[in-house]
Amino acid sequence: MTLSSISSTLSRRPGIRLGLLLAAPLTWLVLVYVVALAALLVTAFWTIDSFTNELERTFTLDNIREITGEALYRTVTLRTLGVALLVTLIDCAIALPVGFYMAKIASRRSRHLLVIAFLMPLWASYLVKALAWRSLLSHGGLLDWAGGLVGLGSPGFGFTAIVLTQAYIWLPYVILPVYAAYERVPDSLLDAAGDLGARPALTFRTVVLPLVVPGLVAGSIFSFSLTMGDYITVNIVGGANQMLGNLVYINSGSNLPLAAAIALIPIVVIMIYLALVRRTGALENL
Amino acid sequence: MTISRSTRRLLAAVTGLVLVVLYAPLALVVVNSFNTSQALTWPPSGFTTQWWQRAAVNPGAHDAILTSLTVAACATVMALVLGTLLGLAMQRYSFFGKDTVNLLVVLPIALPGIVTGIALSNAFSSILGVRLGFFTLVVAHATFCIVTVFNNVQARLRRMGGNLEEASADLGAGMWTTFRLVTLPQLRSALLAGGLLAFALSFDEIIVTTFAAGPGVTTLPVWILTNLFRPGQAPIVNVVAVVMIVVSVAPIWLAQRLSSDPTDTTRAIH
Repeated sequence: MTLSSISSTLSRRPGIRLGLLLAAPLTWLVLVYVVALAALLVTAFWTIDSFTNELERTFTLDNIREITGEALYRTVTLRTLGVALLVTLIDCAIALPVGFYMAKIASRRSRHLLVIAFLMPLWASYLVKALAWRSLLSHGGLLDWAGGLVGLGSPGFGFTAIVLTQAYIWLPYVILPVYAAYERVPDSLLDAAGDLGARPALTFRTVVLPLVVPGLVAGSIFSFSLTMGDYITVNIVGGANQMLGNLVYINSGSNLPLAAAIALIPIVVIMIYLALVRRTGALENL
Repeated sequence: MTISRSTRRLLAAVTGLVLVVLYAPLALVVVNSFNTSQALTWPPSGFTTQWWQRAAVNPGAHDAILTSLTVAACATVMALVLGTLLGLAMQRYSFFGKDTVNLLVVLPIALPGIVTGIALSNAFSSILGVRLGFFTLVVAHATFCIVTVFNNVQARLRRMGGNLEEASADLGAGMWTTFRLVTLPQLRSALLAGGLLAFALSFDEIIVTTFAAGPGVTTLPVWILTNLFRPGQAPIVNVVAVVMIVVSVAPIWLAQRLSSDPTDTTRAIH
């Protein structure tokens, strides 16, 4: 078959064309990712021989029993969940007014600049941001100095530091979808509400907010899900605190099945979160 | 809705304050890299370029930069090929399971890095029996970089429409000719933007990297993490951190200029 006859066959057969386009990327994603996730799930039900440290490929519920039974996992899960929820709340509380200002008050020109200004730190390294907060929060650091001016000090390394640093890291991920949601609210709706006599606060609560919720939820999925799996920030600013990510990391070298089982906790929590927010239509906004 | 002047001012002030909070920590890293004091105290005790000079001749940092650049370049090339194919398929065809494929592309970046990391390292080492190293790291990075190229290509194709491609086919051009002479030139800046984002994403990544790289491969973030708590290394880590900020933000700034719609670029993370 010559090149041109291949080409003409292909142009008559869209199905084959589609198959050829999809073959490589789908094989990659399924082979590398879906299989890996499935394998992780299976590994969580395996165990290791306590003498030889070899992987034993027999089905057991021991790991699940351990992570649901032991107090350590319950404490760490609750702490991780608490950090993730606080981070999400803080970021949403900041994103709502800032997104509104960007989309509805700022001039067209400064709007574009603001989007870029919020976009750039999003891409600065996650590790560098955690590092920056380490020096910000350190004893005698900038926060201690600035706080000293008003009689406060740095919270130091610990739970508060984890929440602050994570809220900082994921803030642009929440602001940008919220801004995009405000942007889609037609100005005519605001004018109509105003013409009908609604005060700004009432208009915001009954007209604007319901339209912005999907964007808010879309952003919260990022802040929530990415905080649930963090372990680097905790190591850098968390003091002696541990989150689920730390437990996964520590066990991944010595007891892979247990690490896999612990990794299921954030997956399950995130799935529950996604199921809860599914009805808001936020998933189409991702 | 008429918003009172004081509300406007208040919102502007909040936005300004948030921007200050967003940039101050990054500026602090830059300032610290010129600070004579090794402790992270404020205010800085004096100006020096000695950390920059010492970082410039630090072989570990050099090797790490080189490794990071190589990994990011390889991952970007793979992501470009796979993301473009996927973008063409998703934008030009409708088929059963399209939503699932969409979710599949986003998943590696929407699930926490620790899940992706341990899943991949588990699959590589205990299922496939591949030794963790440079190759597994590139595969892992390419997997979560596909989404940036895919989003940019898809957005561009959507805006292009299919008219020019149909005209080309009507005039007798074969599929390959049409792709080479009509589709690809229009995609060029979208590919560049998507590629730059993929590069920045891979260059920065730390969590998946710690799982997929194995002990022999030290990327720049891994180098920072291992030197962070070593005595006397803190100032050089600061310098390397500044380099990382520049290397990862510059491509974004470029990508931003290349894509006419800024929200395209924000979508790349989603």
